[in-house]
Amino acid sequence: MTAFRSLSTAMIKGFLRDRMTLFFVFLFPLMFLVVFGLLFSDPGSDKTKIGTVGDGPVLSALEQTGALELEKYGDSATARQKVNDGDLPAVVVVDGDQVEVVFAASDQVAAGTVIGIVSGVVDKMNLTAAGVPPRFTVEATSVEDASLKPIQYLTPGILSWAISISGVFGSALTMVSWRKKQVLRRIRLAPVSTTTVLTSRVLVSVGTAVAQGIVFVAVAMLPLFGLQLTGQWYLALPLLVLGTMAFFAIGMLVGAFCKTEEAASGAANLIIMPMAFLSGTFFPVENAPAWLQAVSNAFPLRHMNDGMLDVLVRGKGIEALLLPSAVLIAFTLTIGFIAARVFRWED
Amino acid sequence: MTGARIPAVVAADIRKSYGELKAVDGVSFTVAEGEFFGILGPNGAGKTTTLEIVEGLRKADTGQVTLLGENPWPRNPKLLPRIGVQLQASSFFEKLTAREQLQTFGSLYGVSRQRADEMLELVGLLDKADVQENKLSGGQRQRLSIACALVHDPDIVFLDEPTAALDPQARRNLWDVLRAIQARGKTIVYTTHYLDEAEILCDRVAIMDRGRILAMDAPATLVRGLDAPTHVVLQKGLLTREAARGITGVEDAQEDEVSLTISTRKPAPVLSALAERGTLDGLQVRTATLEDVFLDLTGREYRA
Ligand SMILES: Nc1ncnc2c1ncn2[C@@H]1O[C@H](COP(=O)(O)OP(=O)(O)OP(=O)(O)O)[C@@H](O)[C@H]1O
Ligand SMILES: [Mg+2]
Repeated sequence: MTAFRSLSTAMIKGFLRDRMTLFFVFLFPLMFLVVFGLLFSDPGSDKTKIGTVGDGPVLSALEQTGALELEKYGDSATARQKVNDGDLPAVVVVDGDQVEVVFAASDQVAAGTVIGIVSGVVDKMNLTAAGVPPRFTVEATSVEDASLKPIQYLTPGILSWAISISGVFGSALTMVSWRKKQVLRRIRLAPVSTTTVLTSRVLVSVGTAVAQGIVFVAVAMLPLFGLQLTGQWYLALPLLVLGTMAFFAIGMLVGAFCKTEEAASGAANLIIMPMAFLSGTFFPVENAPAWLQAVSNAFPLRHMNDGMLDVLVRGKGIEALLLPSAVLIAFTLTIGFIAARVFRWED
Repeated sequence: MTGARIPAVVAADIRKSYGELKAVDGVSFTVAEGEFFGILGPNGAGKTTTLEIVEGLRKADTGQVTLLGENPWPRNPKLLPRIGVQLQASSFFEKLTAREQLQTFGSLYGVSRQRADEMLELVGLLDKADVQENKLSGGQRQRLSIACALVHDPDIVFLDEPTAALDPQARRNLWDVLRAIQARGKTIVYTTHYLDEAEILCDRVAIMDRGRILAMDAPATLVRGLDAPTHVVLQKGLLTREAARGITGVEDAQEDEVSLTISTRKPAPVLSALAERGTLDGLQVRTATLEDVFLDLTGREYRA
């Protein structure tokens, strides 16, 4: 067996025999995927529910708009009480030609929506009743917008995050433990090149990342969650490799500075958690203040996330890889260079 | 070519300081090919530092090291397949079994996987082949570590306290292993705290203290050169101190709670005189050892 293969095998065995690492690399991020996936799986009906009292053409027209969910009440007192209690945002009371909208002052947005729709319907009916041909017409067309179903958004983000965990922890902990246990010194005395040792470790990390990709996407595609991959999803593979290298480099840097596994875990967490939140792992960064978005551009995870979203669920092609790849490669080279400079064989 | 074989190790005036502390303070020695060389000394004497400088793991502040005619520093890939090193603190891959450790280390040297089992057999660990390294006992781990140093059949073996933590049986087994390696023409450089062991195993020993070599020679030569008295120990009560002092050739006699110790440089006549008096029951003769050499060199008792 070549040194390269046996070192890789040794590391894979060490990895598979360590329950803690397996947990943090696979189960822990998967838990987030499952919990968030279930929490957001049914965003509920987008329609606002209002109460109605009475009947007549106005209510039928309202029904036909499809924009509101109507709940019928026998008398206006009960319906009003619902509004007072905060159970309904508004009630429409129709009495002959008279249409009254009672709304809760607390929810201005819902009230605005309801009043807008009711007024629209009533105006239109007035025009028809008056026999005046409409002078302005509105034509509404629906388009597929860029906002995504939660599982579509969550899967690429949580996968990238999980890969950052396995990349950073994998390289940092191997380095610290090998240095502490003198394996590094012992390897230094064997006729095997540093490149062999390094590339075998990188290969194990890349393999882990691919395994994570398969597991996470498979789970997210279960009918329960309903992830749908878009056309060129396999473009995620190069991103996955480049991302792993960037996180591996961070791990090397952490490993160079930390003397114990505990310190390395702490430092790795300290880097990964803020990075995950600021890179849009759990919620879109677009909603964050501008300065935070600027900060997030400094993280490789942000770019990996963007690229993953584009190719996995947004149906973008190879052009979407350009920027993320460039950033990840530059990041790997810079951090890798620094890590090589501060690398120590022994304490 | 002069015709003479190059020595396995030449260390010339090597020095290494850690801040104020002179860990190695001008050490020179030569180890011939096929020689069994021991470095002895108490804790902190500088044995490990010396060994690691020779192996090429550390850089000496000053001084020259030549290993098989080559400079081991900076890392010299030509030398690496020819040297085998057991570090003082054992170094193993995480979560691998004894057999896997040997296979992995072996593969770094391009050694076949079958070799692992031969090595396990050699150090008596075949029944522990599938046990993970962290579940081995201290002595078993030590033996595995030695096996890892020998897996690629190196020409020079460096062992840092290989017999520490071994039980007497394992220690004797290891002696046999080391002797067999030497019999195959390999060079062994090792450190130990056990002076008696070094006396048995080594062709030559260097006694180190505080970063310096105090004496270096064959153990027997060192002991003989000492001209130390032989101690004859008797059970207390068989003979009085005064009577013992009366025997010709006795230099001194000391009594403690359990025994009477007679010092002499002419043990033969003293022993026959004791035999005439019928006081040989439970008698012990202790000749001078490396411990006496150490005491003589430093003025301190040897504490391993
Ligand atoms: N990396 C280091 N930094 C600072 N001091 C060191 C270092 N390594 C060794 N020393 C010091 O150098 C001296 C010699 O250490 P060394 O390990 O060579 O002793 P030794 O003879 O092998 O002892 P032992 O029998 O305990 O193994 C000690 O006083 C030790 O504290
Ligand atoms: Mg030592």
